[in-house]
Amino acid sequence: MIAAIRCVLRRDLLLALRRPSDVATALLFFIIVASLFPLGVGAEPNQLRAIAPGVIWVSALLSSMLSLARLFAVDHADGTLEQMLLGAAPLGAVAAAKVFAHWLVAGLPLVAIAPVIALQYDMPVPLYGTLALSLLLGTPVLSFIGAIGAALTLGLRGGGVLLALLVLPLYVPVLIFGAGSVDMAAAGLSALGQLQLLAALLVVSAAFAPWAIAAALRISTE
Amino acid sequence: MSTAIKWYWFASPQTFYPLAGRIALACAVGAALLAAAGLYVGFFVAPTDAQQGDAYRIIFIHVAAAWMSMFLYVVMAFWAAIGLAFNTRLSAMMASAIAPTGAMFTFVALWTGALWGRPTWGAYWVWDARLTSELILLFLYLGFMALQAAIDDRRRADRAGALLAIVGVVNVPIIYYSVQWWNTLHQGASVSLTRSPSMAAAMLTGMILMALAFWLYSIAAALARVRCIIRERE
Amino acid sequence: MNWGSWAEFWAMGGYGFYVWGAYGVTVAAIAAEIWALARRARRSHETAS
Repeated sequence: MIAAIRCVLRRDLLLALRRPSDVATALLFFIIVASLFPLGVGAEPNQLRAIAPGVIWVSALLSSMLSLARLFAVDHADGTLEQMLLGAAPLGAVAAAKVFAHWLVAGLPLVAIAPVIALQYDMPVPLYGTLALSLLLGTPVLSFIGAIGAALTLGLRGGGVLLALLVLPLYVPVLIFGAGSVDMAAAGLSALGQLQLLAALLVVSAAFAPWAIAAALRISTE
Repeated sequence: MSTAIKWYWFASPQTFYPLAGRIALACAVGAALLAAAGLYVGFFVAPTDAQQGDAYRIIFIHVAAAWMSMFLYVVMAFWAAIGLAFNTRLSAMMASAIAPTGAMFTFVALWTGALWGRPTWGAYWVWDARLTSELILLFLYLGFMALQAAIDDRRRADRAGALLAIVGVVNVPIIYYSVQWWNTLHQGASVSLTRSPSMAAAMLTGMILMALAFWLYSIAAALARVRCIIRERE
Repeated sequence: MNWGSWAEFWAMGGYGFYVWGAYGVTVAAIAAEIWALARRARRSHETAS
């Protein structure tokens, strides 16, 4: 099983690296969306500082969803997915490996770029750590939950938007605790509670989502 | 032993069909009677509230609708799980039949909540924990219906919707808890639609009567819809 | 009895807009669902026969 996981991981990362435009597009989307808010809301520094955690988190949510549609579609199109279903490795483990690869390529860059966006919003530097940590804990959860949606909507017309409708309500707790942790830190309080809740969400989704993703993949391909 | 046989006997859509019709009719009549009683109590027996005046009379439908919206989602997820676990067609059909009624009551809860909030708390929409959770619940219902509508293969539609419903029902407590925490952080205790007028006995009676009326109505609507689904598929 | 006259009943102590707005839309939503169900029942009867 470990060998299968390592193999799937390597394959997905290689494929992603061969098409850097996909990765870059999601990242660019994140930056653009975050840059749109001041244009809509006004550049008043205090207001921007107040909305910064929420804006960065919502942008991360949307960007994560954008890249999810591709997660299984390519493998489904060329038949690799069927091989994975028929193969000896447990489908849950394969799914988890794909999600992990997706996060490395679509989630982790967000964590890296977020401080730059925070700079745009004049967020106080001490908050950067909390922001990065909240995204580090939260983006994998987004990948896990989103993968369930991606598996359910595999091959459907209107797939991307449908995926968003299915998955965004489920994202709400991650958004609340993620942005909330930075808000708490901004208010001078301890963000530990929210970060621990995020960690708990991560553990629970890592434990149960692979099963749901595997079930969804079987439902979608039979 | 005989109850076990009866259970599987009615799991067949063909045999369930006439039974569903009879139950639906009985429940529809019961719902109408209970609604008449509930509305009578709500408008003519329950006294005017000291703080909220007559505007509070909206709770008779708001609370009942909110209870139904949450209850129906759980029931829907229950049938979805049964359908996935035992591969019974009828269970999946029941889940699909319940969804539109649940979505309708969620919308009613949101609408009546807004109209209750305006005269009482000054705003049509307040990001109160319960209203916000209701809004997300509406999205969950609509997502379920949209997913089933997008899939042409009936079997895949049943099973995909079922999985989504189960994932949803597991998430609802988490969502509710997170929204409640968020609400206390941002709103403080000042605005809360959960603070209803102090319950005179007549008010409680009215609410329960309306809740029962909505419940029977939901059963009637879901069974009528499942009969349509059976006819469409078989 | 709470109301002295029908006029008082409709006025709802000044909150008539909100109370009847709420009840009205509720009735409309339920009626819409029943109508949609009836239409679906008619259609499925036609295709089934």
